[in-house]
Amino acid sequence: MVRIGVLAVQGAFEEHERVLDRLVSDGEVVQVRRREQLADVDGFVLPGGESTTIEKLLDAGDLREPLARRIAEGAPTMATCAGAILLASEGDEEVETTDTELLGALDASIERNAFGRQRESFETELACPALGGEPFPAVFIRAPAFADTWGRAEPWARLDDGSIVGVEQGSVLALSFHPELSPDPRVHRYFLSKLDDGDEG
Amino acid sequence: MGQNLDIEELRHGTDLVKRGFARMQKGGVVMDVTTPEEARVAEEAGAVAVMALERVPADLRAEGGVARMSSPEVIEQILDTVTIPVMAKARIGHSVEAQLLEELGVDMIDESEVLTPADPFFHIDKQDFDVPFVCGATNLGEAVRRIYEGAAMIRTKGEAGTGNIVEAVRHRRLMQDAIDRLDEMGKDELYELAEHYAEPFHQLQHSAREEQGLEREGQGEAIFAGETGEEITEGLFDVLVEIRREGRLPVVDFAAGGIATPADASLMMQLGNDGVFVGSGIFKSQDPEPRARAIVEATTHFDEADRVVDVSKGLGSAMSGQNVEAMDEEEKLQARGT
Repeated sequence: MVRIGVLAVQGAFEEHERVLDRLVSDGEVVQVRRREQLADVDGFVLPGGESTTIEKLLDAGDLREPLARRIAEGAPTMATCAGAILLASEGDEEVETTDTELLGALDASIERNAFGRQRESFETELACPALGGEPFPAVFIRAPAFADTWGRAEPWARLDDGSIVGVEQGSVLALSFHPELSPDPRVHRYFLSKLDDGDEG
Repeated sequence: MGQNLDIEELRHGTDLVKRGFARMQKGGVVMDVTTPEEARVAEEAGAVAVMALERVPADLRAEGGVARMSSPEVIEQILDTVTIPVMAKARIGHSVEAQLLEELGVDMIDESEVLTPADPFFHIDKQDFDVPFVCGATNLGEAVRRIYEGAAMIRTKGEAGTGNIVEAVRHRRLMQDAIDRLDEMGKDELYELAEHYAEPFHQLQHSAREEQGLEREGQGEAIFAGETGEEITEGLFDVLVEIRREGRLPVVDFAAGGIATPADASLMMQLGNDGVFVGSGIFKSQDPEPRARAIVEATTHFDEADRVVDVSKGLGSAMSGQNVEAMDEEEKLQARGT
């Protein structure tokens, strides 16, 4: 039985919960927003929202250090959009001017709003080799992109122009887009497979 | 799998992209700001977005006159200052103000009763835009009409600029009660409700026929966004079916109008809203910065009284506020645009 903690300080956390609730047969999906809840779960979802807001709420609740430690120790984690920004090690000018301190769980650098403002947000069919042949219907909302990866991080999905929009590093999957808004559950299933085989090892 | 962007199709401005933007705002606080400095304070306090304005509602109310879209310069300065989304207000029915805001690059347009309405008959056809819209509603009927017109987010109207939460609570309660009632309705009853909710769309025809001394309105003519009366009713019916299935609005549903304290924000979250707009409540208070931070935390931790107590300390005085019951009906902004 697994317990998945969806970070629920701000953003689209209910959307992740809803998808995972349908997929998890032996286990439960819980919201975490207090420090003491972090030790209680096997894996994490860091949802989309506003990265500057979520970062401040992590600090206000003393969540930053224990969350970063659990992820570094190998707790399977899926991060989308703002969540992916926070997991990166290096940020662009927007990250720096807003004094956003990143968790540094990924060997990757991130560019916020890499495609522009909301009017440039888009849906597309995205090739995700790890999910098999069918492209994934991906929704990008004021989305970030990974500027670079190194060390243990591997690009997991790219747009046709080469932009890295998904990165995997061991038990961590970070995505620019929002699988929780798509009707296709394959990305969440892929994340759950990390909990099945990654937890003990 | 293609090898360049010409092959990969990027679809902009879809319902999913517009409603998805609003979903990313959930659990957050959108703050009214009038200068780049205020915008920076809001961003540093943890706002999920700012609403760029020339004057906050309390000042618009005090000054009277016609309230219009803010000047492009004010909006551009704020767009250039912050990294979080920027929203701005267009007058109800003023599709050209909305086109200008889309052109300027704002991330969401508030078709707002806080400004003086521009069209006495219709709201903006929001399906026509790639940028998402938020609209106010005092009850379920208004919300259903706005969602049918393409709104990606609904907010209570409350009574803006008063610092008084009572109208936002009224609108939230009326909305939820009406949603709960849908459960008891059969298909025919739901269709009758859609017909009832469609009535405001016929107002122009009624007025024009009356002026011509004609009794019957034309059949099958397009009324709004190229749709006939029957098509509008069908559209409203579809929205109602979705609301009944979900037990809530199918779009994000924020509180707005009169939120002045962290406890106000927590109250609206406990009543089921997805997040809050704070207009005059921050920059009309004694000490905006800590109040802004406190309202952000009280929105996240809305059901943890210990946290809300902590953040409510040392904030100085809230905006003074106004008793809505003592106001004349024509002073109330919430009656605009039904």
